[in-house]
Amino acid sequence: MLNNIGNLLIFLSIAVSILIIYFSIHSLKEKKKTINKKLFNLSLWQTTFTLTSFFALIIGFILSDFSLITVFQNSHSLKPLFYKITATWGNHEGSLLLWINVLVIFSFLFLVFNKDAEKKYRIYTLISQNVLIIGFFLFLFFNSNPFDLVVPTPKQGLGLNPILQDPALAIHPPLLYIGFVGSSIYFSAAIGSLLSSYEGRNFAKSIKPWVIVSWSFQTLGILVGSIWAYYELGWGGFWFWDPVENASLMPWFVMTALIHSLVVLQKRESLYSWVIILCLSAFTLSVTGTFLVRSGILNSVHTFANDPSRGLYILVFLSLMIFTALTIFFIKYKKENYSFNTNSKETYILVNNWFMAFYLITILIGTTYPIFTEALVNIKISVGPPFYNIVIIPLVVPFLFIMALAPKVKWISNKFKSSMNFFSIIALAILLNALIIYYLEPYSFLTNLIITSSIFLIIYSLLDLVNIIRKKNNFDLPRILSHLGFGFLVFFIGLNHSYSVDQDFNLKEGEKKEFENYVINFKSLNYEQYKNYKAVIGEFDLLNKKNLKQETLFPEIRIYNQPKTLTYEASIRTGLGHDLYLTMSNISRSEFYNIKFQKKPFMIWIWFSAIMISTGGFVRLFKNEN
Amino acid sequence: MLNKKVKNRVLFITLLITISLIIVFFIIETLNSNLLYFKTPTDIFENENINFQKKIRLGGMVKKNSIDANSNEIKFIITDLKNEIIVSYTGTVPNLFLEEKGVIAEGVLKDRKYFIADRILAKHDENYMPPNLQQELNKKNAK
Repeated sequence: MLNNIGNLLIFLSIAVSILIIYFSIHSLKEKKKTINKKLFNLSLWQTTFTLTSFFALIIGFILSDFSLITVFQNSHSLKPLFYKITATWGNHEGSLLLWINVLVIFSFLFLVFNKDAEKKYRIYTLISQNVLIIGFFLFLFFNSNPFDLVVPTPKQGLGLNPILQDPALAIHPPLLYIGFVGSSIYFSAAIGSLLSSYEGRNFAKSIKPWVIVSWSFQTLGILVGSIWAYYELGWGGFWFWDPVENASLMPWFVMTALIHSLVVLQKRESLYSWVIILCLSAFTLSVTGTFLVRSGILNSVHTFANDPSRGLYILVFLSLMIFTALTIFFIKYKKENYSFNTNSKETYILVNNWFMAFYLITILIGTTYPIFTEALVNIKISVGPPFYNIVIIPLVVPFLFIMALAPKVKWISNKFKSSMNFFSIIALAILLNALIIYYLEPYSFLTNLIITSSIFLIIYSLLDLVNIIRKKNNFDLPRILSHLGFGFLVFFIGLNHSYSVDQDFNLKEGEKKEFENYVINFKSLNYEQYKNYKAVIGEFDLLNKKNLKQETLFPEIRIYNQPKTLTYEASIRTGLGHDLYLTMSNISRSEFYNIKFQKKPFMIWIWFSAIMISTGGFVRLFKNEN
Repeated sequence: MLNKKVKNRVLFITLLITISLIIVFFIIETLNSNLLYFKTPTDIFENENINFQKKIRLGGMVKKNSIDANSNEIKFIITDLKNEIIVSYTGTVPNLFLEEKGVIAEGVLKDRKYFIADRILAKHDENYMPPNLQQELNKKNAK
């Protein structure tokens, strides 16, 4: 029943998309200045059909309709309702449908919200976006249809991987997809702009909100993914330079570069071609990331169950996409005249873009290098986190300085007025860094530089903040929020990295262990039965010998019944100053339990900083220009 | 004036190219020194010259009845059904670390028979096997 409804809706959506393209081409020939009402209606129908198909799938999961293959493979009737719903996008097929939903919704919203733009430009954008929509629908329909039937209907589902049964992972994909797939609309708009010669200031204005929306959600999506990795994977880290993480970070760099370049295009009518390239590469990288992850080409800590045929389709689609986009770009390419004064805001924004490009290229090389060595010389390698740390971290230092200074630089031509301010703030930053070392513990030379430069950025941004409050002109608020957030992020990551305590040992029930300032006491093991899992819960007393504060932590080992899987649940005591983090894992054929204790300073502030960065984006949306 | 401009531009572009080249060289250099090669016990057994300082990834299957834990470390044997290596490890083991299941240990070789791991990886896919081991197993099953 549901499978027929679902397939019908997908079929209708594809049909409407084709109609949209047909009428769009038709409408291009009309002389009218406005877009035919028909296109709005069709677009609305398209959105309705696609959304309904997604709801149909959700209903399939809620009712545990195991005749649908996706439901059968990823759900179980005993699972809590919340995870039945989130399982809809916790798998390849369902998440692809979500992906298409975002494509369609953005297509509709772009059509509605860009009334001021030229008709030709809007129509070409609509056509391009609908080509993408049809491409992904065909992929969904022929390769990964969530509404495929299982015959005969199974009595019970296979269950959702327990590590995915988690609130953070429930909201992670939708957030990330608004970012990833949101970038499709400015991919299409870039094509539209090239074809209709609608460029410069107006083009910048029409895509800016979309870039900011996708960037803000991408930031949040990455954050939620990190939080999940932090408490669920049980390693205590929040960033592992894992291919999947890199895949989400690469479009983020492009989007960040784009946000900055758009300002130049808007204010100075320059960098048009570069903006187009960034628009095209953001979505291209998003699709590439998906391709690498879903096809199983890259080994990763969190993989979707993967299937090479998927990869092949995405690869073909991706190549076509890049090829078409580049062809249009080179046919329509016009030489631009860049004559920037070296000391001007334009130049500094270009410098930002260079940094972004550098980070992007580094991560791209690190992520794809193993693919090439395996394909070309059949050597299996993996690139370790030290590579990224060595290459990326030192360059963060100058980046932070420029990030603090550049926003103050004037357009066209600038003169630095007072170097006094600059030197006194540097002195203050060095002093604060020295105080931290004095009261806490010394850290490496590089960390000194990082912390000092991040303090420099923080002070500068705070001064800017005071300034705009005094002037009551808060146009600059979003920028300051994001830059300040980034300063805090680097600052707290630096401290967190330097002051983390990490201890591993094996204990039997009833044993004690002393280390550094702590005594840890493995008091007891308790067994409990829950709806969809059994839990072995350890009770640990943790005594701080310095201040005699005692905490009790309860890490768990969970044995899920569907599918039969073991997970370790860290016990985390979050505080303003630090998190205490304890995981317990069993060792086969032994009475010992492996205990991992970690003290992670300022974790909550790292999350807070990332939220602040994306808040800057959201605030910008509600701030009018001028 | 124009002449000066052209001169500046040429200088700028040469500088840009030189810097980019240096940067790319630097990236590749760092990359090469931070690569983790994936080896099986047989690779190590057959290879004449092994760099004992270099970190590698050792992949294979955890041998049956080989896991042994005390209060400081866990010892187990990684086998690829031809050769085996003893692994000593301090730290948390992943939840899919089980006997007769695929595993990857990251660390350094002490000698050809003894490996000191600082990280153990097991895939979240419960059927995961390092690819070449899978081939070995398939061969074995086919016989």
